[in-house]
Amino acid sequence: MSKQIQCPSCHRVFDYDVVASYMKVCPKCGYHHRLTPAERISSIADGNSFAEFPFTYAFPNPIGLEGYQEKISQSRDKANLEEAVITGECTIDGRPCVVAVMSFDFMGGSMGSVVGEKIAEAMIEGALRHEPVIIFTASGGARMQEGIFSLMQMAKTSAAAALLEKSLTPLFIVLTHPTTGGVTASFAMLGDVNLAEKGALIGFAGPRVIEGTIGEKLPAGFQSAEFQLEKGFIDAIVAREDMKKTLSFLIRVHMGEHSNE
Amino acid sequence: MNKESAKLYSTVDAMEEIASTKEASEGRSSWECVLLSRQQNRPSASYYIHQICDEFMELHGDRYYGDDKAMITGIGTMGGRAVTFIGNRKGANMKENISCNYGMSNPEGYRKALRAAKQAEKFNRPVICFIDTPGAYPGLGAEQRGIGEAIARNLKEFATLRVPVLSFIIGEGGSGGALGIGIGDKLYMLENAVYSVITPEGFASILLRDPSQAQSAAEAMKMTSRDLKEFQIIHDIIPEAPGGAHTDPAFTANAIKETIERDLDNLCTKTPENLVRYRLRKIRNIDVQLHSDNPETSTKLLEVFTRCRL
Repeated sequence: MSKQIQCPSCHRVFDYDVVASYMKVCPKCGYHHRLTPAERISSIADGNSFAEFPFTYAFPNPIGLEGYQEKISQSRDKANLEEAVITGECTIDGRPCVVAVMSFDFMGGSMGSVVGEKIAEAMIEGALRHEPVIIFTASGGARMQEGIFSLMQMAKTSAAAALLEKSLTPLFIVLTHPTTGGVTASFAMLGDVNLAEKGALIGFAGPRVIEGTIGEKLPAGFQSAEFQLEKGFIDAIVAREDMKKTLSFLIRVHMGEHSNE
Repeated sequence: MNKESAKLYSTVDAMEEIASTKEASEGRSSWECVLLSRQQNRPSASYYIHQICDEFMELHGDRYYGDDKAMITGIGTMGGRAVTFIGNRKGANMKENISCNYGMSNPEGYRKALRAAKQAEKFNRPVICFIDTPGAYPGLGAEQRGIGEAIARNLKEFATLRVPVLSFIIGEGGSGGALGIGIGDKLYMLENAVYSVITPEGFASILLRDPSQAQSAAEAMKMTSRDLKEFQIIHDIIPEAPGGAHTDPAFTANAIKETIERDLDNLCTKTPENLVRYRLRKIRNIDVQLHSDNPETSTKLLEVFTRCRL
């Protein structure tokens, strides 16, 4: 018998294989279960076209925080990833692009030096090759275990986005649940096109922080993808099954003759 | 007292003052700096701007939504030079604190700052930023009007602004709200200022799971001017009077003014291309220690840069 999972939204129980066949979207209520970076990449990339950029980074503990190294080791085991973002290259309907996928499972997708470095490198690589850069975000924000260096990642990734813009290379952002804090206040809001997944929480301050400030409960749907669409900060909410098609269209219209087909 | 002994005495005084300054700053804990940086009577951006400028005119509004009192922008003159100033504003008393939202800007503040910076770029004026904020405002309206987008845009635009940008953290450098006006060619901190990704209180309650541990959090976070100088996040430390900037505001104002004049004399001779290349490269190399095998991380950046039409 296959594994069963319960939808946290409508509470119905499904066979895992059934939910997986819907790209992990609840067949009943449309709740978007979290995808691993590998699942995300296979949902948009052509066949086996994805090649990961090599992971060559020294372990950073810039403020010498006790217990941080252990925390990283635990996260590596738990998420089966080396860091909170995977970067690499792939093709989408035959056209090459650079892609980065963040993972909320790795320390809440928090952005430390390595995450910022990988994202900045991916953008600069895209600019160098003149290939569109696609970033799937999922993050609680800056990784405060790295102190001021985590804040500096906002500067580093945004400066890379500036360079990408100057090189006239498109940046497509897909905001997935949840994207908050220093990631929202840097590259995640800097796409030429910002897409989002249904129901994703997208904001700067976390809901509890805002509730603490205003002293009352937030209205339902505050900071949701739908809210951001209404307020004008994202271009479209795209269904998971349409994501590849949508990205393919955006690449085609932005890259003109630069296709490898 | 004859001339000779007067000279000797003033030299001794000066030496003692230097020694005590050194002692005071080395002896002051991170938490003491946190408290000093937040002190109500600490000299403000507005104070420094008026001390430094011969003339100053404040300019209001972001041209989209409103005028954020927590952010001051305007044009001043220093000697023969016109300079754009941007700074956080906390207010000098309780009434002003409230009208300035305790220095916590809404999106309008960051958009006003960007407007001032782009105006400066258009008319080839250097930009000076004074940072003193607990952070961007975590409120309902701020989210509705895109505080994340406003800060993000500033980071991107300031990174390639074609005029010199100097930033001074004069009090609290609170996270993304500080960074939103903190990207530039050179970043300075006043001796007792602090700069961090989160407040020590926040760090204590989230990571140490104990809000009362803010003091030890402040030490662990390494948020003082000395720490950040060591990390090479800041260019240099601006001295304060031994008792703190509030005990002799003019002393610090003068040190800031001298730094601005010295840097602008140098940076204003650079071409916009060289300024932007230097700035992008500096930002790119923040985490150079990640690449133990290849310390030059900006090779590709420079290659792209030379191809871009800037």
